[in-house]
Amino acid sequence: MASENPNASEYIKHHLQNLTYGQHPDGSWGIAETAQEAADMGFWAIHLDTMGFSIGLGILFLWLFRTAAKKASTDTPKGLQNFVEIMVSFVDNSVKESYHGKSKVIAPLALTIFVWIFLMNLMDLIPVDFIPRIAHDVFGLNYFKIVPTTDMNATIGMSLSVFALIIFYSISIKGFGGFVKELTLQPFNTPIMIPFNFILEMVGLLAKPVSLALRLFGNLYAGELIFILIAVLPWFAQWALSVPWAIFHILIITLQAFIFMMLTIVYLSMASEEH
Amino acid sequence: MNLNLTLIGQAISFAIFVWFCMKFVWPPVIAALEERSKKIADGLEAANRASRDLELAQEQANQLLRESKDNAADIIEQANKRANQMIEEAKEQVIADGKRLRKAAQAEIEQDVLRAKEALRAQVSVLAFAGAEKILGTTIDEKAHSEIVEQLAKEL
Repeated sequence: MASENPNASEYIKHHLQNLTYGQHPDGSWGIAETAQEAADMGFWAIHLDTMGFSIGLGILFLWLFRTAAKKASTDTPKGLQNFVEIMVSFVDNSVKESYHGKSKVIAPLALTIFVWIFLMNLMDLIPVDFIPRIAHDVFGLNYFKIVPTTDMNATIGMSLSVFALIIFYSISIKGFGGFVKELTLQPFNTPIMIPFNFILEMVGLLAKPVSLALRLFGNLYAGELIFILIAVLPWFAQWALSVPWAIFHILIITLQAFIFMMLTIVYLSMASEEH
Repeated sequence: MNLNLTLIGQAISFAIFVWFCMKFVWPPVIAALEERSKKIADGLEAANRASRDLELAQEQANQLLRESKDNAADIIEQANKRANQMIEEAKEQVIADGKRLRKAAQAEIEQDVLRAKEALRAQVSVLAFAGAEKILGTTIDEKAHSEIVEQLAKEL
């Protein structure tokens, strides 16, 4: 804790700070003790809490699904297999509805996005002080943020991967020339309008990863912030607000995971189709 | 809100997760789903086929039943006919036997009658001689009159 008895503003700021590992300005490596120190570390630092939770949840997802996949049989499905099959066929249907290419990557990609983001968002429903308190009292860690999707690095990391796939599919399916044509000869198909078209299309192209990342981040960050604000209230009054907000949030986290998945599929199908 | 290496770390872990999912999670589950839907389709088809087969078998069974009923009726009819025939034959046999027996009996009776007549004739001639002797009071020469008496006995 920054101070033993923080006021509301300190408390909130404290909860919005990641556990950062990086190089201090004086050259030594270590965990940032204050927000200022973390900011001073610049780009070559890493958020241990974000990475830890996202990788942990990713492994949980893959382990669960792999367990079911290994035992997958054509008999009547039960328990975990049933759940996994429902998820897989749900994602498969969503992909088949909007994507008509042949790529084998899209469907597993969509499944990974949906389940992984859902699990990361789900961390939002754990009361805000539980795990940071344990991290502080047991491991002596000053900062700990348990929702990876409220860290913009996580969402941008994913949306940039999707962006790379968009570029890859655009070029591999339409060819480099086709991709350039798409950027320069639309919407006005005359040579004079090339610069205008290019600016317009470029904005459209770049807006995809930015909007993907910021939509998810913004929703979860705002949700987390409200949980933190509720946590500032006196302890006996918190349930009156946190329970309805948590129930509402169950919808938000599922919806955001679904939106990220659907938009990824749509962007990639747009990238794979000739206009 | 610092952008830092976390971003790249996230992208790398994302890529690894997607790769793992694509290699080890997606194919077995989808294969199982497809296989199951094929199995269900096969099962439905088999059920259809079985109900068609059943219908056919029932028709065949009905056909067989009808045929065997006809056969049975034929056999019964034949048996009846044969029985009647046998009864007729037996009756005829009996009648013929009766006739034959009666004829034999009649022949015997007639023979007996003839024999009795012969015997009587012989007796009549003797009686006639005796009577005549009484009436005449004399002996009659048998040899002289036997011709007349024999003639008389023949007329009897």
